[in-house]
Amino acid sequence: MTSTPVSRTPVSNARRNFLRQSSAGGASLLLGLHSGGVIAAAASTTAADNSEFAPNAFIRIGQDGRVTLISKQPEIGQGIKTSLPMVIAEELDVDWKDVRVVQGDLNPVYGSQGAGGSTSTPTNYDNFHRLGATARAILVQAASQTWNIPAAECTTAQGSVEHKGSGRKLGYGALVKVAATLPVPDAKGVQLKDPSAYRLLGTRIGGVDNGLVVSGKPLFGIDVKLPDMLYATYVKCPTLGGRPVSANLDAIKAMPGVKDAFIVEGTANLNGLRPGVAIVANSTWNALRARKKLDVKWDEGEGANHSWAGFTAQAQALSKQPGAATMRKDGDVNAALAGAAHTVEAAYSYPFISHASMEPQNCTAWFKPDGSLELWAPTQNPGSGQALAASTFDIPKEKITLHITRSGGGFGRRLSSDFIVDAAAISQKVKAPVKLTWTREDDLQQDHFRAGGFHFLRGGVDDAGKLVAWHNHFVTFANRIERKETDGTSNSVLQPGSGGNLSGDEFPGRWAANCLLEQTPIECRIPMGPWRAPGSNVFAWVFHSFIDELAHAAGRDPVEFRLELLGDKDIVPGTGERGQPYSVARMRNVLKTVAEKADWGKRKFARGQGAGVAFHFSHRGYVAEVAEVTVSKDGKLTVDRVVVVTDIGAQIVNLSGAENQVEGSVIDGLSTLMGPALDIDKGRIVQSNFHEYPLLRMPDTPARIESHFLKTDYPVTGLGEPVFPPLAPAVCNAIFAATGKRVRELPLSKTDLSWS
Amino acid sequence: MSKYNLNVNGKIQSVDVEPDTPLLWALRDTLNLVGTKYGCGIGACGACTVHIDGQPARACQMPVSSVGKHKITTIEGLDARAMHPLQQAWQELDVPQCGYCQSGQIMSACALLKQTPRPTDAQIDDAMAGNLCRCATYVRIRAGIHRAAEIASAGSAAGNTGKGKK
Repeated sequence: MTSTPVSRTPVSNARRNFLRQSSAGGASLLLGLHSGGVIAAAASTTAADNSEFAPNAFIRIGQDGRVTLISKQPEIGQGIKTSLPMVIAEELDVDWKDVRVVQGDLNPVYGSQGAGGSTSTPTNYDNFHRLGATARAILVQAASQTWNIPAAECTTAQGSVEHKGSGRKLGYGALVKVAATLPVPDAKGVQLKDPSAYRLLGTRIGGVDNGLVVSGKPLFGIDVKLPDMLYATYVKCPTLGGRPVSANLDAIKAMPGVKDAFIVEGTANLNGLRPGVAIVANSTWNALRARKKLDVKWDEGEGANHSWAGFTAQAQALSKQPGAATMRKDGDVNAALAGAAHTVEAAYSYPFISHASMEPQNCTAWFKPDGSLELWAPTQNPGSGQALAASTFDIPKEKITLHITRSGGGFGRRLSSDFIVDAAAISQKVKAPVKLTWTREDDLQQDHFRAGGFHFLRGGVDDAGKLVAWHNHFVTFANRIERKETDGTSNSVLQPGSGGNLSGDEFPGRWAANCLLEQTPIECRIPMGPWRAPGSNVFAWVFHSFIDELAHAAGRDPVEFRLELLGDKDIVPGTGERGQPYSVARMRNVLKTVAEKADWGKRKFARGQGAGVAFHFSHRGYVAEVAEVTVSKDGKLTVDRVVVVTDIGAQIVNLSGAENQVEGSVIDGLSTLMGPALDIDKGRIVQSNFHEYPLLRMPDTPARIESHFLKTDYPVTGLGEPVFPPLAPAVCNAIFAATGKRVRELPLSKTDLSWS
Repeated sequence: MSKYNLNVNGKIQSVDVEPDTPLLWALRDTLNLVGTKYGCGIGACGACTVHIDGQPARACQMPVSSVGKHKITTIEGLDARAMHPLQQAWQELDVPQCGYCQSGQIMSACALLKQTPRPTDAQIDDAMAGNLCRCATYVRIRAGIHRAAEIASAGSAAGNTGKGKK
């Protein structure tokens, strides 16, 4: 029954894991230097008495042989706090059970620390090999000096250096004193392990914080507690983009436990410190119960006109006109459509959605009397949080300390730093450490939302069954911002929300000979931000659903049609500003493999059952998925099986984490397809909490999710995002195969899937 | 403010809070038991699941004034060494992603296993439907519950033959 394989981490009690968690603060004296793209720290950073060997900012080895590795990237559930240290441990050749991992604070010594765009692995993978290998080389050197033999005769294994010839062996701990005196070699020249010799990479390793998670120990941002800390709630205008004019602050201040209540003016930046009313109390609940009595007069601003119904009508009207911007124009799409054997015209739309990370946004901030600011934040983007705080409060970055806590989910939400400056503004006013916790309602309604969108598509297939014309007019959403130009002037521009900007290279742009991609923004006061696989999370659904429509119109098999569309080139170069090269060979390979693994075309499905396929390239990953579904006569969807084939390069770092990301992305993809949508009325988000914002729960989990990783010769990359995009189109294409019903609006609950 | 003596994890602990304070916030802010998580405040996500006299309950929906002498168990009190079969299984199978919802998941699963020591998938789905996992680790939560059931039954079998501890 338990098909999930066992990961190789010993089950340890909470006590030991609690020690693992100890603060990185003690490490700060031992930090090395970061130079160039490669870590090349001086050994002089080692403790003065040589009691520890710390060849760079990330590694400390004690005389007891215990290894401490710093995790510099924020952990949001993607598993980076386990996987990147595994890379060091592999090259260092230590036993994983001797390793403890400590979360690093924000510190320039670590280089970039943002966890977004599935970039943590690709940007650090090579460096982290070199960090470990450099330390190992020094330990080998220390042994060779100790034994007075050539270093080349020494080997390492599981935290020891050995000399086979004489049978001598010394643990790393015993070599610390000598190693700490040796110069650090150039990391670029150091010998890396041959992948065939890996003992750790590619195996299943449990998350380093699992012991703390399962025992409920303090770990997340919301768990932070400081002496004399106060608790705050922060109320923003329900009409997005509005601001408070006045409030019954005196009445609120008289409520039990309330220490202060005040208006925060905020800034004009929709992604910065938004205006609101702060209530500060001696407990979270006393702040929240006072909030129930809060009465605010709001200046709702221009946002009060917004409604989803209005946006929909506006998009329809805009679709009749030429797009405001042309993202791609190849050939003559109108002529090609006129000459096509089969044409399809369709409109697709999807709503604004919230991130809904399980841990609501929160931050603990302490503006101190000397003007310095200390922050504890569950953030994906600590550097950006520091920068926003510096500009908002006009203090130098050097006066801002930021401690990165574990995050209870990210999904892109914590790339924004609004909650950090909210907390800091409140602490600044009350002159005390303050923990600000957003309510779920705040989190859902005051998010930096995934933008909604409308796609008006026309496509044509010739009589040989080949795609000859593709026209997409994308109606998106944008905020008006003051952009500072290089000459010092500023310019008012419309900036599409994150993921709401169509690249001219978006598939099948570059493939369809006659292709017109246009885009028109609707101006709005709705804050928008990156949401897991920005853009891709909806573009893949729209384009692979429409490709499927065209394949069926032409009577072609959906896999064959796609393989022919991809063509036989190896690489298609990027074009335009945001163009990226696209490896057709890799995509063909995942598509062919997924068809094979799913027995595509060989299975017979009863009416109401069917299979669908989709693929997508995003975040450097090539992924193809096949979904098999059952739709009951009364329209209930069950996803029976999902097969996922992923090419993310030459090495899976942590197989347990990778499989967990694939399964989670598949279910998140299904969840986002099926239920959640935010309606907008009079500028306000209508839904307020999980009872109105359905996310998938265990009973709707697909019975089978099969993940296959293709090992290729390409650079290793991340897995937090690329599996998400193909899921929705694969399921919707399967629904079509099962029922003949085409889903063109999200969420799925808007479409009646019943059949007879 | 009023004083309440709460029986938490086998100890009587005193809190001085407003009577309508949800147990969730008394646990987190007053007693520093932060394993019980805030997720929604309306009993819709299960992140704050605790046991009241062994039955699962949403701590965000229970005013401190209504707790009385009932015995509260939080994730911190599940097992003195944090080695409950569920805690072992969760680590063995590497269940968590972000981990935020997992104490609530474990508390709900624990209540299920007390009632139904060897649950089927359908029984698990039914019992766990009130616990949201935004990272969607449901496949592993399900597997983790099955594995915990195995560990527990191996433990009790060992106990029967006199080979187990105690």
